[in-house]
Amino acid sequence: MLTHKKTNVEDLAENLGNETPVGRSLWRDAMHRFSRNKAAMAGLVGLLLIVLFAAIGPFVAAWHYSDIDWGLMGNAASAGQPSIENGHYFGVDDLGRDLFARTVQGSQISLLVGTIGALIAVVIGTLYGATAGYFGGRIDSIMMRTVDILMSIPYMLFLILLLVMFGRSILLIFIGIGAISWLEMARIVRGQTLSIKNKEYIEAAVASGVRPFKIVLRHVVPNLLGVVIVYATLLVPQMILTESFISFLGLGVQEPQTSWGALINDGAGTMRYGTLWQLMFPLGFFIATLLSFFFVGDGLRDALDPKDR
Amino acid sequence: MTEHTQADAPNTIATDDSPKKLLSVRDLKVYFDIFPKGAMPWTKPSKLKAVNGVSFDLYEGETLGVVGESGCGKSTLARAIIRMLPVEGGEVVWLGQDLAPLKDKAMRNHRKDIQMIFQDPLASLNPRMTIGQIIAEPLQTHYPELGKAEVKERVADMMKTVGLLPNQINRYPHEFSGGQCQRIGIARALILKPKLIICDEPVSALDVSIQAQVINLLMSLQKKMGLSLIFIAHDLSVVKHISTRIMVLYLGNVMEVADAADIYRQPRHPYTQALISAVPIPDPKIERNKEVILIEGDLPSPINPPSGCVFRTRCPKADAKCAEQKPELVFAQGTHQVACHYYD
Repeated sequence: MLTHKKTNVEDLAENLGNETPVGRSLWRDAMHRFSRNKAAMAGLVGLLLIVLFAAIGPFVAAWHYSDIDWGLMGNAASAGQPSIENGHYFGVDDLGRDLFARTVQGSQISLLVGTIGALIAVVIGTLYGATAGYFGGRIDSIMMRTVDILMSIPYMLFLILLLVMFGRSILLIFIGIGAISWLEMARIVRGQTLSIKNKEYIEAAVASGVRPFKIVLRHVVPNLLGVVIVYATLLVPQMILTESFISFLGLGVQEPQTSWGALINDGAGTMRYGTLWQLMFPLGFFIATLLSFFFVGDGLRDALDPKDR
Repeated sequence: MTEHTQADAPNTIATDDSPKKLLSVRDLKVYFDIFPKGAMPWTKPSKLKAVNGVSFDLYEGETLGVVGESGCGKSTLARAIIRMLPVEGGEVVWLGQDLAPLKDKAMRNHRKDIQMIFQDPLASLNPRMTIGQIIAEPLQTHYPELGKAEVKERVADMMKTVGLLPNQINRYPHEFSGGQCQRIGIARALILKPKLIICDEPVSALDVSIQAQVINLLMSLQKKMGLSLIFIAHDLSVVKHISTRIMVLYLGNVMEVADAADIYRQPRHPYTQALISAVPIPDPKIERNKEVILIEGDLPSPINPPSGCVFRTRCPKADAKCAEQKPELVFAQGTHQVACHYYD
């Protein structure tokens, strides 16, 4: 037993000099911690299922989202309930359109709005905030006061005005949400940058002559990416909520396209006729998505910043 | 460009027996703006005089130890020399060229000759980068034309030089001990083959046994590569071991500059005398009977330093002359310089 053990150690000692072991990066550590977090993993699985639903739903659906089932038009309350036989898995809406196809389509739009909004926030907000924070001084003052001024505009009013003036279009929603979402991110990133830029490894980079923008990209941004990722995952549901709210007001996507907000709006309007499925299916997906994102965001925060627990 | 100025400059005439002067700092001043609490944007800030007129020379191949209590401007001096802090006044002449008025861009070309080692070994390494990337960064910055294989080879060589296993090139800083991290920091500083390394308390965050390893490594590398060092520390026995000459700072002013052996045998300035008397001697008999000169009071505020000699508020020899007249740094004997009216 003892000799056996010894040879193992000897083997190890011999191989120590030959192999080039790959180190465990902080990202891998974080991934490991994340994978042990049950709620976060459940959230991730939930999200994957919803994305899968949005992606392959159109091929499963028996109806197109804009086609009206004339046989069910007008009597949705009595004959339009969910059924497998006639292909309306989630039932039909008030006009006799297939709710399954419409939920799939709404999911696509809502997820797209959420992720694109968050992506704009991540890219612009991170670069803007990191630049302002790293260079400091007058540049910082000008950049952050600009953010303050933009933030003081009531964004819902701004978005609604935009949609009223230029007409309803999904592109405009992307632009409007993207233009607003990066402001908060820029602030958070700037705050993080201020604490990172006094670290000695930044000094070391300056001392060895690395250019300022390279320092921002190579040393500052990777070290605040943890915060950015957490905030971005929590930003996605916020974007979805914003879009849903605008759609709920009737200003969002244009018919026959739809989104979760628009579907919930329709469903809420017809609730009293007993067509509860028209509300419950889109609402279920909506809530499941938000919860999943929040769980994943929480999990990421715990995984990326273990000191905070 | 720099080579020309170096050759033309009259003050760098190197005779065969005198070592070449690398760096010559003249009357260097670094001030920080301090705004009082609740200051309005237009209120004038008061000046914190962190480094207030420091002059010294550094010769090729030597180690200049810089000592002084915390807050005396050691680190500020180091950062001002490599222009990481704005210089208020004075000259930093590097090989015949004054670095102080240079723009950031022009300064960047000189950075490969002057590198720095930091106090906290782990904090000076980017946690998101591998050791290989960290050590290679200065190389890729100054020689972007180098190929990947060439860079990797040089990094591996340098890792061997500083006593790291080259197969650890893909590991991350948090997987190393403090001493190893400091070796990585040294490797990063040396990869450009600089002429001068500024060590800002490189061992004060390490265990005593590791301190010795790192210092011996620095000394052997210095011999091998012909480096000059500016070695900042608050531990006098460490400084004594490594330094050729020692400079004593107090409140941003030079108190005394002398050869290491000389300053320990015969400290001239009352402040240096007190500092050296406080070094413990590893012999209980001598230690017990040794007379320690105690300095009373605290370091005065560098915002409002005392008139005349800055040390007079705590000096046992101080009198009226010290309050009126600031003592110049004069040659007391040979190369031994001291700034005190009553050094003998």
